[in-house]
Amino acid sequence: MPSFVINEKCDGCKAQDRTACQYICPNDLMVLDRETNKAFNRAVDMCWECYSCVKICPTQAIEIRGYADFMPLGGVVQPLRSSDSIMWAVRFRNKVVKRFKFPIRTKPEGSIDPDAGFTTGTEDLKSPVLRTEPDSL
Amino acid sequence: MNADNFKTLVVETDLLILGGGMAACGAAYEASYWAKKNKQRVTLVDKAAMERSGAVAMGLSAINLYLGLSKGNNTVDDYVSYVKNDLMGIARKDLVANIARHVDSSVHLFEKWGLPIWKDEEGNYVNEGRWQIMIHGESYKNIVSEAAKSALKELGEDGAYYERVFITEPVMYEDRCVGAVGFSVRENVFYVFKAKAVLDVMGGAVHVFRPRSVGEGLGRSWYPPFNSGASTYFTLKAGAEMTCQEVRFVPVRFKDSYGPVGAWFLLFKSRATNAKGEDYMEKRSSELENWAPYGTSKPTPANLRNYLMLLELEEGNGPIYMRTDEAIQKLVAEIPDEKESRRKMKELESEAWEDFLDMTVSQALNWASHNIMPEETPSEISACEPYFISSHSGASGAWVSGPKDLAPGEHHWGYDNMTSVKGLFAAGDAAGASSHKFSSGSFTEGRIAGKAAIAFCVDHPEAFEISEEQTAAMKERVLQPLKTFQEHHAYTNDEDVNPNYIKPRMFMFRLQKIMDEYAGGASVGFKTSGALLTRGLEYLQFMKEDAEKLAAADLNELMRCWENVHRMWQAESHIRTMLFREETRWPGYYFRTDYPRMKEDWEAFANCRWDPESGKWEMIKREIL
Repeated sequence: MPSFVINEKCDGCKAQDRTACQYICPNDLMVLDRETNKAFNRAVDMCWECYSCVKICPTQAIEIRGYADFMPLGGVVQPLRSSDSIMWAVRFRNKVVKRFKFPIRTKPEGSIDPDAGFTTGTEDLKSPVLRTEPDSL
Repeated sequence: MNADNFKTLVVETDLLILGGGMAACGAAYEASYWAKKNKQRVTLVDKAAMERSGAVAMGLSAINLYLGLSKGNNTVDDYVSYVKNDLMGIARKDLVANIARHVDSSVHLFEKWGLPIWKDEEGNYVNEGRWQIMIHGESYKNIVSEAAKSALKELGEDGAYYERVFITEPVMYEDRCVGAVGFSVRENVFYVFKAKAVLDVMGGAVHVFRPRSVGEGLGRSWYPPFNSGASTYFTLKAGAEMTCQEVRFVPVRFKDSYGPVGAWFLLFKSRATNAKGEDYMEKRSSELENWAPYGTSKPTPANLRNYLMLLELEEGNGPIYMRTDEAIQKLVAEIPDEKESRRKMKELESEAWEDFLDMTVSQALNWASHNIMPEETPSEISACEPYFISSHSGASGAWVSGPKDLAPGEHHWGYDNMTSVKGLFAAGDAAGASSHKFSSGSFTEGRIAGKAAIAFCVDHPEAFEISEEQTAAMKERVLQPLKTFQEHHAYTNDEDVNPNYIKPRMFMFRLQKIMDEYAGGASVGFKTSGALLTRGLEYLQFMKEDAEKLAAADLNELMRCWENVHRMWQAESHIRTMLFREETRWPGYYFRTDYPRMKEDWEAFANCRWDPESGKWEMIKREIL
């Protein structure tokens, strides 16, 4: 609606130092209701359906219900994102289900070397040569 | 929430990078390296979390700018010609060339950092079109932001990033930009960032025009709703000259969910037709001659492809369909072996779905909700609402210096990508007249600007004392909406309806209505005129006055207040520049009914500048060099 939180599954990220959805939402929409200890989307019509909250939720408590302006009920697209790939389950209104799996990264998270083994050809701050160039070109 | 209860935190740095998207990450990556060698500090400030902020938050299914220079696939000049033609002649060749000559390096870095790029049997990148390569890009932004953070970390204490801090205003010392102010959207803290150089990379603007969907679907803009015009506002308020503020972008996308069409047109070789199955690009090709030489060059400029489609709709020949069924069947029919052709069908199906799942999940959900199998059923496409971005086929942004070795005459003034304001740099969607940079080019332009800004810091070591009165006045102004709410909300029984103030949500709707109806929005077929624009500008003056009465109940609403002030300034510069350019040059983006043709004397840049001293706007026509 677009993103919504399943009450039964949300634990308010009690085991974490911060709520995952609140940390990630690029539009600052996800907030924690301190009384119920459940997260919610505070402005559903400002939601981009970017799925960042869905992908990051540790208890898979967040799903997306397509914009009611133009999407008939019944379709569900749900990801399961691991460290190197993402699996998508696409359920049609007519109950057909399709599954897809795609790679998301070839190097483990946290392992990036900024120079990636390339060397920079000059120390000249005024030259048009950028970091790792011309090696990386 | 008590507006008097805010701490002020002062952060001192040398280069201040404002933004967290692709251009900002490129800037942090590059600047950190040169800063370390030259003992400078770098600080980045993002309104969201870098891991998923900016236009690539959701991911991407292609990198739209890769030249393949090392393999001799293309030349920098090839790309410059393509971009200039797509923008109907209005582009800075020096800026486009500067990005194009470096962009492959960025893409090679992305791959090494872990971005999966499609490869063919010989190990070459798989091209979608001439300049586009296919990726498994769900985690594109995660990877790029990790590299930027790692680069900042190499600076030790001299490298830092702040997340969830919303930037509102530039800090000026006479004619020089020496910092920025903003506030945390998580705690009661007002930030003052002091710097030797400031790089504005806060993205483009969405929700200036009324979107086609106004219920929940309001948020389903093609470009993200959280990119709200902060870049333009910042450079305008600093007194920087702006360019191409009239060159909005109206993308054609799958209808309603705005899924990408690039892979369908380029990779799957699909056609778009009217409801009768006629290919309107063929049927109306003679119209392109009215827009020569650009209209008659290949590929046809994006705005003219839009225009032919709009003409088709005006004649009542809609809906317009992407013939996905026909395209897939054709590709499968090319394979005679039955088993092989079944395998191909499976592969195409997966590619078609990944195209959406990597970057516009809503479109996959739309297909699922409507029981659409692309291999069986065509899908509607339509023109979205107008956006302000210079990374795609729009061009609005700051007028920046080109590189010494490429920029002709007056297009170079000292440092790459510095605006007309000393110490203030711009890149990505914040820098104008250098379109088609896309994700890789925005990152690259951020790198170029980041290095140049460090050079500026080294050359200008002097520090300025910003008075406490100056920062206190800015703090009061920035937090005023909280105060306004506090003072007046108890007067009525509904905090959203109060004669003493306006909440940001209705303020945004008012702006969108003005822009849609008077400035050529989607509901009027992107048509406007001098009379309509003049009236729109009058309505905007009322809005500017009411902006002083914006009210916010909490930090989130305070951010929304400022986002909409930023949008309003984007809107004003847009209307003023459309009024200034007395011709129609991009008929598929906007059409001036009082000047329905392209004019030779407008083969020029339409620039504008808001003067911080007098508060007046100046319009400037500049030659294309």
